[in-house]
Amino acid sequence: MEAPYLAIPSMGVSAPPVQPPTGAIPGAGPSDILKESGQREVFCGLTSIVWLHRRMPDAFFLVVGSRTCAHLIQSAAGVMIFAEPRFGTAILGERDLAGLADANEELDRLVKDLLERRPEIRTLFLVGSCPSEVIKLDLAKAAERLNTQLVGRVRVLNYSGSGIETTFTQGEDNALLAMLPLLPSSDEEQLLIVGTLADAVEDRFRLIFERLGITTVRSLPPRRSTDLPPVGKGTRVLLAQPFLSATARALQHRGATLLSAPYPFGVEGSRDWMAAAAHAFGVPDDRFNAVLDPLVERGRRALEPHREVLAGKRLFLLPDSQMEIPLARFLSRECGMELVEVGTPYLDRQLMAADLALLPPATQLSEGQDVDLQLERVRAARPDLVLCGLGLANPLEAEGIATKWSIELVFSPIHGCDQAGELAELFARPLRRRAVLQLS
Amino acid sequence: MELTLWTYEGPPHVGAMRIATSMEGVHYVLHAPQGDTYADLLFTMIERRGLRPPVTYTTFQARDLGGDTAELVQRSIRQAVERFQPEALLVGESCTAELIQDQPGALAAGMNLGVPMVNLELPAYSKKENWGAAETFYQLVRTLLKPQLPAPGTPKPSPSRWRDQGRRPRVNLLGPSLLGFRCRDDVLEITRLLAEHGIDVSVVAPLGARPADLERIPTADANVCLYPEVAGPVCSWLERSFGTPVVRTVPIGIGATATFLRELHGVLDLALPAELQEVEGQPSEAERRSRLPWYSKSVDSTYLTGKRVFIFADATHAIAAARIASRELGFQVVGLGSYSREQAREVRAAAAELGLEALITDDYLVVEKAMAEAAAELVLGTQMERHSAKRLGLPCAVISAPLHVQDVPARYSPQMGWEGANVIFDSWVHPLMMGLEEHLIGMFRHDFEFVDGHRSHLGDGAPAAASGADQEGSTATATVPTPAPATTATTGPAPGTTTAGAAVREALESLWTADGEAELAKIPFFVRGKVRKNTEAFARERGLERIDAEALYDAKAHFSR
Repeated sequence: MEAPYLAIPSMGVSAPPVQPPTGAIPGAGPSDILKESGQREVFCGLTSIVWLHRRMPDAFFLVVGSRTCAHLIQSAAGVMIFAEPRFGTAILGERDLAGLADANEELDRLVKDLLERRPEIRTLFLVGSCPSEVIKLDLAKAAERLNTQLVGRVRVLNYSGSGIETTFTQGEDNALLAMLPLLPSSDEEQLLIVGTLADAVEDRFRLIFERLGITTVRSLPPRRSTDLPPVGKGTRVLLAQPFLSATARALQHRGATLLSAPYPFGVEGSRDWMAAAAHAFGVPDDRFNAVLDPLVERGRRALEPHREVLAGKRLFLLPDSQMEIPLARFLSRECGMELVEVGTPYLDRQLMAADLALLPPATQLSEGQDVDLQLERVRAARPDLVLCGLGLANPLEAEGIATKWSIELVFSPIHGCDQAGELAELFARPLRRRAVLQLS
Repeated sequence: MELTLWTYEGPPHVGAMRIATSMEGVHYVLHAPQGDTYADLLFTMIERRGLRPPVTYTTFQARDLGGDTAELVQRSIRQAVERFQPEALLVGESCTAELIQDQPGALAAGMNLGVPMVNLELPAYSKKENWGAAETFYQLVRTLLKPQLPAPGTPKPSPSRWRDQGRRPRVNLLGPSLLGFRCRDDVLEITRLLAEHGIDVSVVAPLGARPADLERIPTADANVCLYPEVAGPVCSWLERSFGTPVVRTVPIGIGATATFLRELHGVLDLALPAELQEVEGQPSEAERRSRLPWYSKSVDSTYLTGKRVFIFADATHAIAAARIASRELGFQVVGLGSYSREQAREVRAAAAELGLEALITDDYLVVEKAMAEAAAELVLGTQMERHSAKRLGLPCAVISAPLHVQDVPARYSPQMGWEGANVIFDSWVHPLMMGLEEHLIGMFRHDFEFVDGHRSHLGDGAPAAASGADQEGSTATATVPTPAPATTATTGPAPGTTTAGAAVREALESLWTADGEAELAKIPFFVRGKVRKNTEAFARERGLERIDAEALYDAKAHFSR
């Protein structure tokens, strides 16, 4: 009975996706980690569609789920600026629940209608949700079936963004994982940047890599869904986002080498991230320094005014996007903030190794969430700033605690030396605003 | 299975959250997976609530499904009751939990919680948000009033018992809730209005009420069903079970507010004040208390006559808007519809009165298409219609949920009562060109300031909107600022105006002669798009082979009726 359910490729991934290797963390880092399970104030993986569909404008993301799924994406996206967005929800009705055969026919009909109306679509992602997983609607089979019908026109892939299996940004991990089998094999020497970046930031990175003499640079996800990079022994993977555990491991299985580096947030992180690539491609130190030093210097200058606001301020990071650990590293080392607690939805020690090593000694880490207990710790600590989701921001502000909404961090271009100032500004703004307002 | 891009209503458990969050002392334990907590942000962001919604989510995961999710439910309930000490507890499930059939309500019933508990069964695959809100409110009131149910055969209380008891008459205001449209201010306005007529408000619910307040509901002489979407079922049940009469007129607009007051006076056996009696030559209360009647009669408003208005909203606000638009502002209603299937009959009746067929749908693309086809000059709708109207270059005012943060204004802006009518006049008329403005434009249209390029006083947005109207089917990216890169290839033409539409468009454009184009160019840019469209429609209808200056004037005569 379990077989078709398990046949869904993405089912191998659950939160946390991979059992972390045990053992001491290199460098300082946290000694005891608070593990909690309880109510989580975190989005599910479907939310990542909001940025994935912008990255690949020739792809459509069709969630097979409930009205709740549709309402979630619309509420998380906040604004509805598109006449017809490149994502939608096939809402399961009572009839679909009664008979799965009908549900499959219904899905085929709906996909056919959709593609007739949207001839520009080249890749269709069928995205599994909590209800579709629970009723064991086999989207892998559906994708296979539709692929034969639509061969040469549209490629159909499937993955799960369900809340019972994925946390917020893990949706992207699963989407990329679903694309991997389509990647051609090649042992060509190349640098593969993995994780969605804003186009402008990506262009900037390519330019800098070119100056370093690394000329073959490709991205996953690509800007066009059909423009898939090859992968093989000559591939060196640099993760641009810290939430791509399953994709990183699958790329390694295809022969790629995973470069270990802090994530490219802030001047230091971005420099070290690029240094990892430079080292792997044998770029001489003097050339690296010649290219990077001016950027580093300029980035530090841009940081300076924000550092003045942030230095010495106490920061509490609630678990949300998996970016908490690298951001904590940036905000403590480059902006002088004190870390009260660094929460993360789940901890992948291998992917976080470089950032964990740079955290101040005895940083309090927490994994998972029991939101009521965590908020009690926030209230007791009275931090100067809390990084949290939209559901918690105004309630904390109303208690007199300044907040920074975390969802902005996944939508804004914040990667690279050139964006370090902007990234710090996102955190400094709530504090500057508090200093400016004279309301009582 | 049904394809949805944007939805008017959330799932029914979000309706239940609206009731729980609107009230004090109520807690809702929701059996739901990770991710469903998104609904919190509707309240904390759109309503700018400074408190988390009183909801505990069990947050089950895939790995829990093999084990004992029932135990997780019980633990969550126990902890929630301990931590929040609610005066009443709602227990229910979201769409996914409904499938795994843990029956959290039944589990809670066996737990001896020591607080009133309501087991919410809200079918997520067939019902929606407003239904869920109404059902939750009804179940909660029913549970709390069970001990007070009169024995069968008990005579109905007299609505004029207040007189015998030597007190002022009192009523309950039922239905206002968070994420409803302007409920906060409507309650204030109606409370003031009733006070002026010597009527007290006993219980306002769910907004701001505690469970103990709901227990006082039967002490009122009548129930006012302010928002039928939420309070319809509970008012009917109270009428059946306690014999409490219901005032069902929703006081939005001048006529409806007067009718509401008359109905209320009748129900409570109060003498009707002279100002509420329809006597020729006597000033009415509406004229004394609201500016809408005079503003609508004043000469400037002559220009509002026959403005084509398209209305789509929840049933209550759609019906009210149609009445106000047609009777109180002199607009022509060219489309009327609602996403509230539960009240479809009422909307159809209101549409029939205006010689229209009501549009009952929850597909916003169908609404957008109807809006475009109706050649509306003003759109009154929800935030969905605001987006559609923007794409079509049409002025729009939001009159109903679903809403966005900007529809929860800081200032006092009710929709109900006399002040509500003032607010409505302003917010519907301001998006339009005012009479004095149109008059000046007519007078100065040939002056060089109206030549293209001289638009500074309108800002950069106006020409874009005008050209949006000029090029029907143009994409959203032309008029709406998009926040980040990689959005351009997003919006294909709307359905129905695909490549075939473009061909028709091109064919029509080629009909214009040089002198036709020249004459068109003399028309101010902000109405040119409309004139072009009307003229082309006229040419198509008449089968004209070319559009010259004469054809343009023929069309003008045809449309000026």
